[in-house]
Amino acid sequence: MTPSEQNDSRRTSGWMGIQRGHQARPGEWLAEKFIFLVSLSAILMVLLIFLFVAREALPVFLGQTDTALVKKPIPPDDLDKLSPAKLEAYLEITPEQFAKMTKANLHDLMEMKVEEQDDVPEKFRNDPDAHINTTEWKYLVQPHQWKGYDKPEYIWQPVGEIKKFNIIPLVVGTLKVTLIGLLFAVPLAVGAAIYVSQLARPRFREFLKPAIELLSGIPSVVVGFFALLVMATVLQSLFHYQTRLNAFVAGLALGFAVIPVIFSIAEDALTSVPRTYTQAALALGASRWQTAWQIVLPAALPGVFAAAVLGFGRAIGETMIVLMVCSASVMSWSVFDSARSITTTIAAEMAEAVSGGPHYRILFMLGALLFAATFISNMIGDLVIHRFKNKLEGKK
Amino acid sequence: MKKIALILTITAFATGCFAGNITVKGSDTLLVLAQKWAEIYMASNTNVKISVSGGGTGVGFAALQSQTTDLCDASRSIKPAEKQKCLIAFGAKPTEYKVALDGLSVYVNPENPVKELTVGQVGDIFSGKITNWKDVGGPDAAITVYSRENSSGTYEFFKSHVLQGSDFVASAQTMPGTAAIVQAIIKDKYSIGYGGAAYGGGTKQLAIKATDASPAILPTEETVMNGSYPIWRHLYIYVNPAQDKDEIGAYLKWIRSDDGQQYVKDIGYYPLPKDLRSN
Repeated sequence: MTPSEQNDSRRTSGWMGIQRGHQARPGEWLAEKFIFLVSLSAILMVLLIFLFVAREALPVFLGQTDTALVKKPIPPDDLDKLSPAKLEAYLEITPEQFAKMTKANLHDLMEMKVEEQDDVPEKFRNDPDAHINTTEWKYLVQPHQWKGYDKPEYIWQPVGEIKKFNIIPLVVGTLKVTLIGLLFAVPLAVGAAIYVSQLARPRFREFLKPAIELLSGIPSVVVGFFALLVMATVLQSLFHYQTRLNAFVAGLALGFAVIPVIFSIAEDALTSVPRTYTQAALALGASRWQTAWQIVLPAALPGVFAAAVLGFGRAIGETMIVLMVCSASVMSWSVFDSARSITTTIAAEMAEAVSGGPHYRILFMLGALLFAATFISNMIGDLVIHRFKNKLEGKK
Repeated sequence: MKKIALILTITAFATGCFAGNITVKGSDTLLVLAQKWAEIYMASNTNVKISVSGGGTGVGFAALQSQTTDLCDASRSIKPAEKQKCLIAFGAKPTEYKVALDGLSVYVNPENPVKELTVGQVGDIFSGKITNWKDVGGPDAAITVYSRENSSGTYEFFKSHVLQGSDFVASAQTMPGTAAIVQAIIKDKYSIGYGGAAYGGGTKQLAIKATDASPAILPTEETVMNGSYPIWRHLYIYVNPAQDKDEIGAYLKWIRSDDGQQYVKDIGYYPLPKDLRSN
């Protein structure tokens, strides 16, 4: 054992390795504690955000939201006949609010419920759609034949008399744009990573690597702006499709945002393949290209895969680019049709959703869905990278 | 009991001190106009301080319920659910004031030969029943529909009054603002969109017929104010009736007076007809 290794093993004994040192160096001990607390607070924040989103979305999962347009109102004069609990449920108020309200106010509120029903336009009175609760799961995920449509369809139209909350067009839109982005970004980013880490001359590499990573410094709103005004026009004149702003344009623009993420992780993975692999291959007579393609890339494949998965997490959560380029909630897998992503929906609709209402709850449910998707993809990515590093270092 | 009296005195004192402060929040449609009104009113009433912010009509109503704003700008009338929440929060329905008129234009690309449509045809185009320009007297080309985000008051108005409550066609591209719609229409030869009459620069505004038999009318100050142009709406300000006095009451009265109404046109909306004004 070298002296430094001996030192290391001693310093890491005990909780956080500070057992021995904290009396001798109180400043260091404090600093370590402080950093530990800061990192704890980051974990706490993630947990709190998750709890908040889950709490706001919970009524959707529990089936406590109701959007039926036509309901039978209770006559206001029956106020005394109802128990407080029933009244709270009918008037949608909390017990605290109930306690604060005077009887006259309660009566007014009940009259408003009657007025609300009187205000329902005549054409919706006998519409079967006006009697159903559109926030039930079967309406959220299955097609339904709404009045005025020829066949059962997936419709996201959350504002209007009959609120339609089918989330499938949004899920399809999100996946469509994300996959186009990845199909564009992964080959380019991995190719660039192979070139930079294996084939480029050192001087060239020193210029190329920061240049590609600089892409991540471009704010996504600027990428979106560029896509909206320039890319959309150029691509339409090249491909002659009908819809100028579509999932294809959004996907390509998204690719620009994802390339630096994939590139830097893939490049890391390729560089961390031990030089002995390369040297052995070259000594056996392989060309530089054969070495890169047949030896280094397969060895680094788990890392490259992890890069793509992390890129997926970045792409699926990206808001601004998709929001600016395309946002029609059309149910179609065609790349030249428009698409509406989940992030776009939340960003565009949250400000106007009645706080605590069904639309608001469903937007939070979509947020929870997105959180789960990015969380899982990031976790897979991290796990794969970890395993890959351990394997290369011979730990397992 | 003593405690309540103390709190009441303190609140009374506090509101007394800040009586000169008015907060206005709500619709982005009304934002520029509200800022203009505030600016001019403050210049002649130096003891009053008015702070104006946007965020959307829904945000304004939420703030009115939580009593973090005095006035709520709205580009649509209040919804039953919002009215009920106000009653729960402060025991009264908010008072509604109409403060301006807004004419909504239907825009197309200047190269499009179509000049006029009926309200019914416009509704059919936006709900996807008409998908080709040749059905309304234009060239044989598919129609690209541009709409606003569903958070916009304009979207809701158009849906209930022009589409008669039916859904927008799913392929309608939703844009974040009127300016974005205008931009897109200028670049897209066979497209159609809608927005405030004053914002259509670079596009062609269609003349609209209320029914097949009625004359086609272009949106102008005169036709919107006398109601002959069929697609128009009121813009509103809502206030807690308990607050509708002193400075706030005076400000609301000024907005609806001839003096306040003369600035409406500068922003691209139309002043109230004489019978709705406060003087």
